[in-house]
Amino acid sequence: MKKIEAIIQPFKLEEVKQALAAAGVGGMTVTEVRGHGRQKGHTEIYRGREYVIDLIAKVKVEVVIPDDRVDEVIDAIASAARTGRIGDGKIFVTDVIEAVRIRNNERGQAAL
Amino acid sequence: MLRKAARYPIYIGLLSGCAFPSQMSAASHEAIMDAIRAAELSAHNSWVLISAALVLMMTGPGLALFYGGLVRKKNVLGTMMHSFCLMAVASVLWAVIGYSLAFAEGSPLVGGLKYALLRDVGMEPNPTYAAGLPHLTFMAFQMMFAVITPALISGAFAERMKFSAMLLFMVLWLLVVYSPLAHMVWGSGGLLNAFSGGLIPCLDFAGGTVVHISSGVSALVCALVLGKRLGYPHEPIRPHNLPLSVAGACLLWIGWFGFNAGSALSSGGLAASAFVATQLGAASGALAWMLAEWAHNKKPSTLGAITGAVAGLVAITPAAGFVFPIHGLIIGAAAGLACYLMVAKAKARWGYDDSLDAFGVHGVGGTVGALLTGVFATRAVNAGLVDPSGAALPLGWIDGNAVQLLRQLFGVLVASALAAAGTAILLRLVDWLVGLRVDPEDEIRGLDLALHGEEAYSLES
Repeated sequence: MKKIEAIIQPFKLEEVKQALAAAGVGGMTVTEVRGHGRQKGHTEIYRGREYVIDLIAKVKVEVVIPDDRVDEVIDAIASAARTGRIGDGKIFVTDVIEAVRIRNNERGQAAL
Repeated sequence: MLRKAARYPIYIGLLSGCAFPSQMSAASHEAIMDAIRAAELSAHNSWVLISAALVLMMTGPGLALFYGGLVRKKNVLGTMMHSFCLMAVASVLWAVIGYSLAFAEGSPLVGGLKYALLRDVGMEPNPTYAAGLPHLTFMAFQMMFAVITPALISGAFAERMKFSAMLLFMVLWLLVVYSPLAHMVWGSGGLLNAFSGGLIPCLDFAGGTVVHISSGVSALVCALVLGKRLGYPHEPIRPHNLPLSVAGACLLWIGWFGFNAGSALSSGGLAASAFVATQLGAASGALAWMLAEWAHNKKPSTLGAITGAVAGLVAITPAAGFVFPIHGLIIGAAAGLACYLMVAKAKARWGYDDSLDAFGVHGVGGTVGALLTGVFATRAVNAGLVDPSGAALPLGWIDGNAVQLLRQLFGVLVASALAAAGTAILLRLVDWLVGLRVDPEDEIRGLDLALHGEEAYSLES
């Protein structure tokens, strides 16, 4: 199993959710996060004082999927979240050792 | 129908008086005059009582929201508590002794103790100040000014002052700075009171010197004595909720009609004139700041527009009942620009941390307003200043009385000097007694938790 963490623009969440549903991914976890990559924030001005806001609001989508579906799901997320401009976000893939469905103690891919 | 019925007895009385003057007895004439006076008093009293309530609304929720939105979310309750608590503290103090020190007969510098504990302050008018109002109404209206003035100062030391020190300082400040200054400008026989034979007659319709210069200059001294907030200016210290500030600024704007038009202490034409001048001052102040910022920073900010409106309101305050309403446009715009330059440019250069710009808006706006009152005040609007024969005296420069500008400047200097010296001495005293600033750990944790044991936004609960 693999965990896919996609950090995306907040306004792209709806399209990414639809793309994941279309790809048959059943569950996901969504978190509001702040951070920056190369985008390096923006400036805000309050009564003439300028502030550089380097941590920008983003949304993190996490899904856990079987190994053989990784490329397909990455493509679905990336094409839905892409605008082509700086700040579109990143996708990280990690190995998942175990999954447990708490209700009935199912293990592994059956728990996804 | 209802209105007609209510007026009917006076109407009949007047008619009979006019139609048969020879048959009218002195007693019935007196009864008619009494009825007219009662009706007039009733009309004036309703407007000034409503005005008093409007001025209270400026502090809470107006100023509490305006300032509360500008601080970080860990300090919003502590900041709102300053305004709210002063609604209680200043009211008590005013009734016990503040009103007397400001408005009882005394020396040119401070009033006496005649009205302490509201003795002799009753339903009968006090002709010295407002012949057409119950004395209690005048006292209550002035009470709301004593509430908002210290609350304005709290913007300068927001996010770092001890609550105990704030309370102690404000009690002393009201007694040592506010009441004497109110006496000098408005009190019977006051040093600067143009309408009561003051040595240096200054024009201050609704509190440019008494409220705004005194609070603004005291705020600057507070910012300098307390020092900067931890992390200022290299860490971003941003407003946590500007919509609160927008709501607060709008309530201030509305409440200001009570402040300025209510200061006519009557419900006639002068109140209307001050009302329109107030509206135009606020509007042109908002536009001036917004356009200046747009030109400078490429973006017209919401915070800039609302701050400009407050600056315009501050500046029109001393002028409201002395100038043609259309001149409110010039006074408001001048204040919007001057305050913008002070807050956005000069403050950064000088490096003091006036957290919420109490000096930049009230000190600077108040000074602009006081001086421009000396330019635009005219007897065509306010014929209250008369020579012994009863003819209206010229007021400002446009009446040909250029020397008034110098008198206004003198008033600004007296108010500034009293506020600066009084505040500096009182802060030293309070620092020695209880300490001014919270511990650095408490400042980092936030005043809401550290001083008040609560949080503004606990979304889990």
